[in-house]
Amino acid sequence: MVPTIAYVIVSAVLFTIGVAGVLLRRNALIVFMSIELMLNAVNLSLAGFARQFGSATGQVFILFVLAVAAAEVAVGLAIILAVFRHRDTVDVDNMNLMKW
Amino acid sequence: MLKDYFPILVMLVMAVGFGVTMIFLSSIAGRKRPTATKESPYECGSIPVGTARIRFDVKFYLVAILFILFDLEVVFLWPWAVLFIERLGLFGLVEVAIFVGILLVGFVYAWRKGALEWQ
Amino acid sequence: MSNSAAQLAYLAPELVVAVGAVAVLALDILLPERSRRLLARATAAALLASLAAVWWLYAGEVAGRPERLFTGTLVRDGYSLFLDAVFLLAGILGALVSARYVDREGLQSGEYYALMLFAVLGMMLMAVSAELVTLFISYEILSLSVYVLSGIARGRAESAEAAMKYFLLGAFSSGFLIYGIALIYGATGTTALEAIGAAVMSRGLFGNSLLLIGMALVTVGFAFKVAAVPFHGWVPDVYQGAPLPVTAFMSAGVKAAAFGALARVLFTAFGSLSAVWQPALWLLALLTMVLGNTAAIAQTNIKRMLAYSSIAHAGYMLAGVAAYTAGDVALGSVLYYALVYTAMNIGAFAVVLVVGREGEGNQELSDYRGLAVRHPWVAAGMALFMVSLSGLPPTAGFLGKFYILNAALRANLIGLAVALVLASLISWYYYLRVVWLMYFIKPGEAPPTLSGAPSLRLAVGMAAVLVLILGLWPSAALNLAQVAALTVTAGGLPVIGRP
Repeated sequence: MVPTIAYVIVSAVLFTIGVAGVLLRRNALIVFMSIELMLNAVNLSLAGFARQFGSATGQVFILFVLAVAAAEVAVGLAIILAVFRHRDTVDVDNMNLMKW
Repeated sequence: MLKDYFPILVMLVMAVGFGVTMIFLSSIAGRKRPTATKESPYECGSIPVGTARIRFDVKFYLVAILFILFDLEVVFLWPWAVLFIERLGLFGLVEVAIFVGILLVGFVYAWRKGALEWQ
Repeated sequence: MSNSAAQLAYLAPELVVAVGAVAVLALDILLPERSRRLLARATAAALLASLAAVWWLYAGEVAGRPERLFTGTLVRDGYSLFLDAVFLLAGILGALVSARYVDREGLQSGEYYALMLFAVLGMMLMAVSAELVTLFISYEILSLSVYVLSGIARGRAESAEAAMKYFLLGAFSSGFLIYGIALIYGATGTTALEAIGAAVMSRGLFGNSLLLIGMALVTVGFAFKVAAVPFHGWVPDVYQGAPLPVTAFMSAGVKAAAFGALARVLFTAFGSLSAVWQPALWLLALLTMVLGNTAAIAQTNIKRMLAYSSIAHAGYMLAGVAAYTAGDVALGSVLYYALVYTAMNIGAFAVVLVVGREGEGNQELSDYRGLAVRHPWVAAGMALFMVSLSGLPPTAGFLGKFYILNAALRANLIGLAVALVLASLISWYYYLRVVWLMYFIKPGEAPPTLSGAPSLRLAVGMAAVLVLILGLWPSAALNLAQVAALTVTAGGLPVIGRP
């Protein structure tokens, strides 16, 4: 059996890649995909923990995370689309209508 | 523990090896007479029209979004169905009816607002 | 399982709002185009009915003894009832200030009000959550609704841009929150707050790195939502770009909800680790107060000024949470401040709406020159809110700050108390500048004509009366806050573990 710590390490690495993607990439869609990667990293560690404890809490949590991620996709893409219609770009560096 | 993964490793090596071998053999053994038709991307036999990098119509996006939302909500029906007979009973049935009812309101809302119109 | 049905009665306020939100959606497609105005009234009716349910539960003396619902995933106690009342106040004031604006700007009224109700529902569920999975879902109900609300004025590029910034940073922060929850689950094997607290004690997890990292990540997730420095980057842009009534609503409601949940998590689950998180919150509070107030001075747009002011007020409330060792005094002061802040901040935004013009016009500080000459009542209201926000007597803002100061001193956080006073002194400059502009400067050549919708004036009036009552006769509300805080800090309640 694969020890739980292996899941934790892989999920931490995936989460870090996601965080790095959010901080380094400039295209809103890619930033958003990095956020989804973070959520999936969480799912991996939840699955690992759920197996270790033999409890359903972690597995049920994964279902909820998936549903929330889908809702976020719907809302997020709609918002990014709205921005694209106004600005013809989704580069986060160009989001500068309000600055002092 | 790692022993259990050995068949997978064997499978991986065989698959990669087979692919590499075939490509290598055909590249040294075959004759090459490139023509414009042969160079173009393969699209199930039909002649390619324009570039692949076009903007998709927003209509696709809306349908896809609605699909993913309702598709994922169904994930909650599965654990309910598994436990329905043994554990949940009438109360579970009422709860799931409310859940589906809320989804239904959302669906009718999207429908009436014209999100499902293709024009 | 009739027992489950009986438990639903304890959730009456939440259920009323949930039904109201779905009903508003349904009404939006059933009603003909011209009677869409009914939606605002339906929204207000749902919120008022929910407030009545809160009062009913108070009258049934539910406040004093926590009632665990649905195998301990939710808890109905004085704490959640008090917070529910705060959220409903934010919702009612928010709906009142929205009515005219939604018509004038041609927003989708069905979606607008349904989302507002869903946001209030998310806040209320956050307050009753006694378990991290439920808390996360409630947090997302709230967040997703508010993301869409801030971008609902699709015609304006600023609104779309604000929504995108809010969404990307909000989703980023909820990633941290949920990863923190996963790690806490990994360290303790449970997601129920009380069981986590018990596991930390019984298994001696004080130095467990999974647990500590999880706690830090959860705190970061909430720090984003309450707009604590250095996680505040989104606030000025989002508050400025979002439709004004949405800004008013979320500046008070979202903050109160995030504070309510953060305090419950830290007090219930991580009380025994306070030595770790107290210094961190101390630092966050200090940075937030100082940076919020100093940046507000430089602003010329009133929405942006109020955005930085709201960051500063998050700092004051963080100071209240950091005063953990003062127990119920600390938590009570935070609750009281949440109530006070909701009244005075939405009041201030309501005046900005009265002065504002179509398409978010008339929002520069210079537009307030000489307002007192032409519109003495509006100016008087604004002056009251500004004085209250700056924390001067005899207003509610003064008492709210006083109790937080009291809690900080009891917890021996002398340095933080001094910083709070100094930060407030800085804030006098920019709040009282508005008063000075209204009363002592001659109006510009084009005097502002006001949009005087009755609902808007009602909102200003309600907020002003509340600010005065909470400032002059605070004992009733303060008692409620204290009782509410006690239900969380009392401890000694039987721990319900989840399988």
